[in-house]
Amino acid sequence: MILFMLRMALKNALRHRLRALLTLAGIALAILSFGLLSTVVSAWYAGADAASDKRLITRSAISLVFPLPINYGEKIRAVEGVTSVSWANWFGGVYIEEKNFFPQFAIEPTSYLRLYPEFHLEDAELAAFIRDRQGCVVGRKLAQRFGWKIGDRIPLRGTIYAGNWSFIVRGIYTGRDSGTDENQFFFHWTYLNEWITQRYPRRGNSSGVFVIGIRDGGEAALISERVDSLFRNSLAETLTETEKAFQLGFVAMTESIVLAIQLVSYVVILIIMAVMANTMAMSARERTAEYATLKALGFSPGVIGWLILVESLLLCAIGAGIGISLTWPAVRAVGQALDNLFPVFNVANSTVWLQVAAALVVALSAATIPAWRAMQVRIVDGLRAVG
Amino acid sequence: MSQPAVSLRHVSKHYLRGGQVIDVLKDIDFDIAPGDFLALMGPSGSGKSTLLNLIAGIDQPSGGQIIVDQVDIATLAEAELADWRASHVGFIFQFYNLMPVLNAQENVELPLMLTTLNARQRKEHASLALEMVGLSDRSSHYPNELSGGQQQRVAIARALVSDPSLIVADEPTGDLDRKSAGEILDLLGQLNTELGKTIIMVTHDGRAAERAHAIRHLEKGELSALEMLQPAKV
Amino acid sequence: MRLSRIPLHYVWRNLFTRKLTTVLTAGGMALVVFVFATVLMLEAGLKQTLTATGLAENVVAIRKGSQTEIQSGLSRQEASIIESSAPIALNAMGRQLSSREAVVLISLQKKGGTCSKSDPPTPPCTNKPANIVVRGVGAQGLAIRPQAKLIEGRRFLPGSAEIMVGRAIADGFEGVQLGASLHFARRDWTVVGIFDAGKTGFNSEIWGDAEQMMQAFRRLNYSALVFQLRDTDAYASTQKKLEADQRLTAEYKRETQFYADQSKVMASFISILGSVLSAIFSVGAIIGAMITMYAAVANRTGEIGTLRALGYRRRSVMLAFLLEALFLALLGGVVGLILASFMQFFAVSTMNWQTFAELAFSFTLTPIIVLKSLLFALLMGMLGGFLPALRAARLQIVDALRAA
Repeated sequence: MILFMLRMALKNALRHRLRALLTLAGIALAILSFGLLSTVVSAWYAGADAASDKRLITRSAISLVFPLPINYGEKIRAVEGVTSVSWANWFGGVYIEEKNFFPQFAIEPTSYLRLYPEFHLEDAELAAFIRDRQGCVVGRKLAQRFGWKIGDRIPLRGTIYAGNWSFIVRGIYTGRDSGTDENQFFFHWTYLNEWITQRYPRRGNSSGVFVIGIRDGGEAALISERVDSLFRNSLAETLTETEKAFQLGFVAMTESIVLAIQLVSYVVILIIMAVMANTMAMSARERTAEYATLKALGFSPGVIGWLILVESLLLCAIGAGIGISLTWPAVRAVGQALDNLFPVFNVANSTVWLQVAAALVVALSAATIPAWRAMQVRIVDGLRAVG
Repeated sequence: MSQPAVSLRHVSKHYLRGGQVIDVLKDIDFDIAPGDFLALMGPSGSGKSTLLNLIAGIDQPSGGQIIVDQVDIATLAEAELADWRASHVGFIFQFYNLMPVLNAQENVELPLMLTTLNARQRKEHASLALEMVGLSDRSSHYPNELSGGQQQRVAIARALVSDPSLIVADEPTGDLDRKSAGEILDLLGQLNTELGKTIIMVTHDGRAAERAHAIRHLEKGELSALEMLQPAKV
Repeated sequence: MRLSRIPLHYVWRNLFTRKLTTVLTAGGMALVVFVFATVLMLEAGLKQTLTATGLAENVVAIRKGSQTEIQSGLSRQEASIIESSAPIALNAMGRQLSSREAVVLISLQKKGGTCSKSDPPTPPCTNKPANIVVRGVGAQGLAIRPQAKLIEGRRFLPGSAEIMVGRAIADGFEGVQLGASLHFARRDWTVVGIFDAGKTGFNSEIWGDAEQMMQAFRRLNYSALVFQLRDTDAYASTQKKLEADQRLTAEYKRETQFYADQSKVMASFISILGSVLSAIFSVGAIIGAMITMYAAVANRTGEIGTLRALGYRRRSVMLAFLLEALFLALLGGVVGLILASFMQFFAVSTMNWQTFAELAFSFTLTPIIVLKSLLFALLMGMLGGFLPALRAARLQIVDALRAA
């Protein structure tokens, strides 16, 4: 009986070949774009997801644009529970054109890269970078994007630090896994600092953020408080939080956009729900007489309902199957086009589950009204619909 | 003394159309003996199809009793009625009402899905039924690959495959040419004489009605007297 | 085109007979039009906000290449040179309408963000920081921005640690109500007023006294100099003159242009995202329309045969079905627009990537958007209805009648 119903439902589903094809295309497209939009949303959180719980970020309590005195580093290092300290400055340079955006940081090379083991650099390249004051290290994707090789000279136009800068690529780092940002650019903090101190002595010897390595992630709140209390009521008060909280703070600043994309991804499901419900409603209506005949032969209304539901599930399963399997190539293509915007752009497992759930919801909701109608229709009325 | 196969007692049926009560059937009262072959005739709108639907259990009367094989089907609940139809009634429709997505064999098997028979047994029964209507060689054909007469024969095979005692036919020849109609009527006569099925047939074709044992005329919801015919000679 | 040759009432009534199908198909289209219109409204709202922020007669001077006020630095000396050589408008008292400004970003918590500062954000605690522009303005800073109107409290007193906040800040952030005090740069700043600058970026700013800010933040350089031209047409000549001056390292833009440039990245992001989404979604809706119209043709094959037998031409039949699809689309378009028009009650507040500062703007429905959305809907109907209509027109009368 079950096998029979499955076969009949499948045959019914594919009865109008053009309609089935159009519906499948619609479902596949909707599930695919839902998957893409979900991937965009998760890409937004990539920084927070990749954050280590053994790292804290200290910044100015006023806001990120205010620097902290470099001698804070020594004081932080002495705090109980802190294992290492490094620092970084946002540079904000422009490579040829403004649209070539990528993040650049002036760092203290040895301690910074030790704090970020996910940026993997060959020992020889690391040594070469540490040796060269004008050297820089770039991510694999970034190097690919502009075709940079080791030894290349990279010109940057400063926006915060006006002038023309140039750096020599000494190393290309690779990410530990697909969640690592391979789109960053690092150079020597001392190089930047000398430039600043020469021109604006008062602005020198400062850093944008301190990165703190801690022994135990469980102590994060305690250590943050210890660090901040060190500088309370000083000229530059600090705000220390876990790297994850720091990254989530960034996400929160553009929260409305994430929210909008999420909303829109549900709208596409609603659209396909309407299309699918329409397909099912029309098919069921055209088959009113057949369903009435089945009922006359003694089949219960429940069987009719299942027949319609299974048909809907089959269509959605095939459509969603196509849509989901197209997600990976599509994400790869879109990821390449947008890698300056989203350095990490991968299909998450949860995205696939969401796609499956969405398809299921579409199938069930599309079948509900037609199934209910077909179950309700009186045999005599149904038979009259012949011809 | 055998019980009547079907007995109707004070059966009435009315509809509400636009706030008006329309009486389709008024106080219908008659018996059909087992093994009978009855033709119901009457002009359009006389209520003959409604009467047939009531006896077949696909419509419910507004009042009265319909006793088929000692069961008052007017009192059965929807689900019970469905089970009852599956085991007691075979249907033949004017437009055959075959499932277009199933082939002949599968269409005939359809009523057997509601029994406890296994797949092999269902196949055997269906083949046998198709053989009886002379369509063994068409068992894998789909309805749109068959002529009207052939489709109706598949429908007859479907009606008898579950071995019901009662077969109802609503204008079974209404959509067929004369030659095919003749073949279908022959087949119905065979079911009646050789298998002893009780048959009730609605028709407006006098030629078709002549094949029955008896004719009843319906006029404005009321039944005329029974008109006995000689059993048709094959 | 002889429209009388098309049974219009036939077209119209068919839509009403198939209620569920009509609702579902038009509903799908309505959602697509909704997304389409909403994105356009967002783009329009952003553009309107940023162009309305500036006045054409005002000129902003920032350090060359710094792109934003935050990154800019302008020495007192440079500010004086500009003020002495540009044709700056004077007020009734004979003072130059120019404002030396100090612009910084501070971090504030959005409403709904309830975390103490160093806690990891665990629910229900949500950390919602936003970077807010704090603008220290000169004595004439308010005079050259007449669009900002005080709606509560009073103006800040020059030379005091008083501030006034924009309306979007007052509505959307914690701890900025009248009389509250904000602690930054080792001082407590008292909120003495709330101003409404209409649909402008200033609504997302906090204003105070420039010299006080410079002291508190220990700055030597201003961020920008904003001045009003005596004659708005004098911009080009003024720019030329100032750029030729060897002592100056600034660049000069009309205030309107300055703010429009700051939204370029965001505007193009919205517009690209919007058009990609609209394109993809509309394919879905077109498919929906196609399914519906193909079914309509199939179900009414007999009727088509009858119409043709009665003397209707192929073209009339085609137009009838095309019109049906267009009606359907128009219905979807109108419903989608009505839905979208409710979005005008909402405002978006987000970080502008170019300035890192919070910016609030609203969905703005313009007549052009209404027109574009309806045309978009009709286009969907056209694309979805064309092939099915063609099929209807191509049916042979005899075959069609036989299906009746």
